[in-house]
Amino acid sequence: MENYINSYVIVTIFLVLGIAFPILVLSLGRILRPHKPTTAKETTYESGNDPVGDSQIRFNVRYYLYALMFVVFDVETVFLYPWAVAYKQLGLFALMEMVIFAGLLLIGLIYAWKKKVLQWNSI
Amino acid sequence: MQHFWDQPLSWGTAAIFAAGAVGVLAFVLFFVTYAIYFERKVIGWMQYRKGPNRTGPLGLLQSVADVAKLLLKEDTIPKKADKGLFVLAPVLAFVPSFAVLAMIPYSMNLQFADLNVGFLYYIALSGITTIAIVVGGWASNNKYALLGGMRSAAQMISYEVPLVISVVGCVMLSGSLNLREIVESQAGYFWQWNFIPQIIGFAVFLVAAVSELNRTPFDLPEAESELVAGYHVEYSGFRFAFFMLTEYVYVYAIAALTTLLFLGGWNAPAPQLDFIPGILWFFVKFAFIVFSLFWIRATFPRLRVDQLMGLAWKVLLPLAILNIFLTAIGIELMR
Repeated sequence: MENYINSYVIVTIFLVLGIAFPILVLSLGRILRPHKPTTAKETTYESGNDPVGDSQIRFNVRYYLYALMFVVFDVETVFLYPWAVAYKQLGLFALMEMVIFAGLLLIGLIYAWKKKVLQWNSI
Repeated sequence: MQHFWDQPLSWGTAAIFAAGAVGVLAFVLFFVTYAIYFERKVIGWMQYRKGPNRTGPLGLLQSVADVAKLLLKEDTIPKKADKGLFVLAPVLAFVPSFAVLAMIPYSMNLQFADLNVGFLYYIALSGITTIAIVVGGWASNNKYALLGGMRSAAQMISYEVPLVISVVGCVMLSGSLNLREIVESQAGYFWQWNFIPQIIGFAVFLVAAVSELNRTPFDLPEAESELVAGYHVEYSGFRFAFFMLTEYVYVYAIAALTTLLFLGGWNAPAPQLDFIPGILWFFVKFAFIVFSLFWIRATFPRLRVDQLMGLAWKVLLPLAILNIFLTAIGIELMR
């Protein structure tokens, strides 16, 4: 039990230190670095040209398709890990269940493949 | 560290844990400084150059000088940028990369947090860095940065899937997600380390890991020739340094994880060599992995973006799933 609580404490300490370090260094930098803004410095970089139009445009839909595929397979891994940890105790029956489960997902992958979701055509 | 785990929590033990965390931070900063130095040196040697050799003896102070320079550089934030998110992104990228290091065991008696979820903790946290990269690219309000950020996100989520699934084989063999137990299950001669029984998983893990790190040959997000620098074009000074630092902290984490999951962690190649302390074996293997990353960078040209996505979904993912079933059949046959 102590081990359990202490592990959480250590993770929290790492997290707090991870947040504190950049804040500390960046505020230290504020004292050290010069600060002389001009309009030329504050323009958006576009290979030396004056920036044209807005950059915060809508993304290509392809990114969303990849995100959907990612969600599908990431949820699969959430099921895979507990199964893998307990596999040695579960035996052949669990293997068959996983074959069916992964098979269903593979059909999805093949479907996406045939629908050319995995085809990257521009940009 | 181990015997403090079982003591009831007090301010004393918490202070010791905090001192340990500061020690890890200092060690990682040292590692990053000299990893960058050696990367430049090694690539220099492989290209018949000398690499950095002017600042300090043998150029040893080059990275230190670079960090000092970055600290003293003016920090410009573009007028059109979303200021809050722009400032947040480098911090958001760094925090998970450092928090990941809490669970890495260096030897039998040197581990900080003893987490039963082990590898899943790494996966859960490293995903947050992807968000930071998208936020950085979006907040910059720059076309190169946005493209780089989106590509980065697409690449990192695509390669996360085979990376996660390739480790399932190791977990099945040891019956635990706890990294210390995974290492213990690999004790014995070097052919009992996971990289031989899990050779497919190992190959998939290595390729996916290099891609997760956004390193050559998978460094499309920051393809200099087309996107200038990718998601961090607009960043300067120490905010840029934090993106760089994050990248190298992940190199550290991935090298440590490869060592622990596939190369037997702190186990000696043969039980006769056990008199050499385990932590030394750990760092020898760790250094070899880090060197291999530099070697890969100096050897391979960059992939095209369609080849990159095709590799993740059409090759690595089916291979990783195949590996799970081969491992399961192997376990059934050994029973």
